[in-house]
Amino acid sequence: MTETALLRHPRTAAIGAALVLLAAPPLLSSFLLTLLTQALVYGILAMSLDLLLGYTGLSSLGHAAYLALGAYSVGILTTRHGANFWVTLMVGVLAAAVAAAIFGLLALRATGVYFLMITLALGMVIWGLAHRWVSMTQGDNGLSGVPRPTGLPWSVAEGVPFYYLVLIAFALAFVVLRTVVRAPFGQTLVGIRESETRMRTLGYHVWLHKYIGFVIAGAVGGFAGVIWAYYNGFVSPADAELATSVEVLLMVALGGRGTLFGPAIGAGVIVMLKNLVSVYTHRWLLILGTVYIGTIVYAPDGIVGTLRSWLAARRRRPVGVAGVVVNPEGGGPHG
Amino acid sequence: MEFWVGQVFNGISYGALLFLLAGGLSLIFGMMRIVNMTHGSYYLLGGYVALTVISRVSNFWLGILGAALVIALIGIGEWNAFLKRLGGQELGQVLTTMGFALIFQDLALVIWGGDPYTIRVPAYLSGTWQVGNLFFPIYRVFIIGVAIVIAVALWLVLERTRIGAMMRATVDDAEMARGVGVNVYLISMAVFSMGAVLAALAGVVAGGFLGVAPGGDFEILPYAFVVVIVGGMGSLKGALVGSLMVGLLDNFGKALFPELSYFTLFAPMAAILAVRPTGLFGRA
Repeated sequence: MTETALLRHPRTAAIGAALVLLAAPPLLSSFLLTLLTQALVYGILAMSLDLLLGYTGLSSLGHAAYLALGAYSVGILTTRHGANFWVTLMVGVLAAAVAAAIFGLLALRATGVYFLMITLALGMVIWGLAHRWVSMTQGDNGLSGVPRPTGLPWSVAEGVPFYYLVLIAFALAFVVLRTVVRAPFGQTLVGIRESETRMRTLGYHVWLHKYIGFVIAGAVGGFAGVIWAYYNGFVSPADAELATSVEVLLMVALGGRGTLFGPAIGAGVIVMLKNLVSVYTHRWLLILGTVYIGTIVYAPDGIVGTLRSWLAARRRRPVGVAGVVVNPEGGGPHG
Repeated sequence: MEFWVGQVFNGISYGALLFLLAGGLSLIFGMMRIVNMTHGSYYLLGGYVALTVISRVSNFWLGILGAALVIALIGIGEWNAFLKRLGGQELGQVLTTMGFALIFQDLALVIWGGDPYTIRVPAYLSGTWQVGNLFFPIYRVFIIGVAIVIAVALWLVLERTRIGAMMRATVDDAEMARGVGVNVYLISMAVFSMGAVLAALAGVVAGGFLGVAPGGDFEILPYAFVVVIVGGMGSLKGALVGSLMVGLLDNFGKALFPELSYFTLFAPMAAILAVRPTGLFGRA
């Protein structure tokens, strides 16, 4: 009941969620606080992918590449050069944005399955470098001993202040992405998702819109990677793995494509599930696999999408998100 | 000189293994438009099933047969229960097949444990052939032979038989094929299980020299994808050329530029995609 009420009033929901997140630390054990911090980092990554998957209708299978680029920037710059937070932040986001700018040129020549495959392969390029370029990345051993951020006005060495830093990062990413999707630019992306031909006929530069969306998603993904490295204190090729890319896709699909806060919820669910279930059983891969399949079979529109259509069925009027009518089939590109 | 011949031979034999794996993936991809992340699991499970069969009956060929049967059943089950409903939904396919891949990975760990194994190969397939100063492991020659046989067989089936014609018709226009009396359901199932069986075969063959170990599924999956991307989805010729290219690039990359070896593998691929987004022999 509360959830439906919250969905009916998005602004109240946002303020409520913000208050809960702000007030959470004293109420949680340090273990749960760590998990919540991790959920927020993955939330940033999932939201950045949602710009592509949910709003533009492009299934990218290589989003972990940007996470890794951000994370490795931090790992290399802090452990070798003692760089402070701001330097690593700039380099990390820039590295991811540049990679996305190059990858976008290749990947956006294709659509559908081909786009998926090309982004997968490009993601593997980054994974390959992380795995093999040992003199730079330490290969499979990874870069350990990444310190907590320095150069900030207050110390974030402890769990709680660091949590607030991540919360600020999350809020920033959310506001930036929400501004993007609500702007005419974002609405154009939705138009492209629904019908590329129509948008082209209307005179929109389809490729350029997709390209800019692709680069923004990559840059925000890199931002998530920067925070991730500081959170984890460790960077390894696992950050760039195919499995990580697919997991982010799952977060977006589970939470609800094209809803921005849905993927953040999806990220939270998966992070909690992975960490809490693995406490009780070794068979958590089995459970995670079931979640993958269950999401597609039972909730193809994700948690938020399913709740929304249920709500809409009760109210018997079309579901609208920020003035955009959600495709009842669940969206996705046609053809 | 020996170095070059040796590397070329290793590259070609690895390429032959990749062809078995990627040929199946390419069929499923190109003909059915299904993005199959479970393909690596068929490879791994194929190796494991053969391992168990061979340990019971001590016959390599029965091991291959057992693996092919079990994996065909698994593939058919997965396709029937889930994948056939997900036509045209790439995201749904990726997530569903990834879910299966994780489940199979975990089940394999439960059943066969975490230790690496090597499949025992018949005595007449082990040992080496010596030509001058060069030594060629017979098993690697055997892999190349298997790949050639499979390539020819696939080509004959697809291009020269009635079933093959029905398969191609189903791919080109499923509705029309149904209209002229082709059982599209059976044909699709046949193609899917054929692809899965090829992956299982690759797994058994690889078990003889790379071994069977947890993680093998996700280790080899990217290679199979790269072959398919470079060669073009659904193209047998593409899978063949792509496999050889990837096999050789991988070998020479690892030997000559160990630090950048994956880069030397994926960078040429990116260059090809920049020119031909559908791969060398792919159709849009």
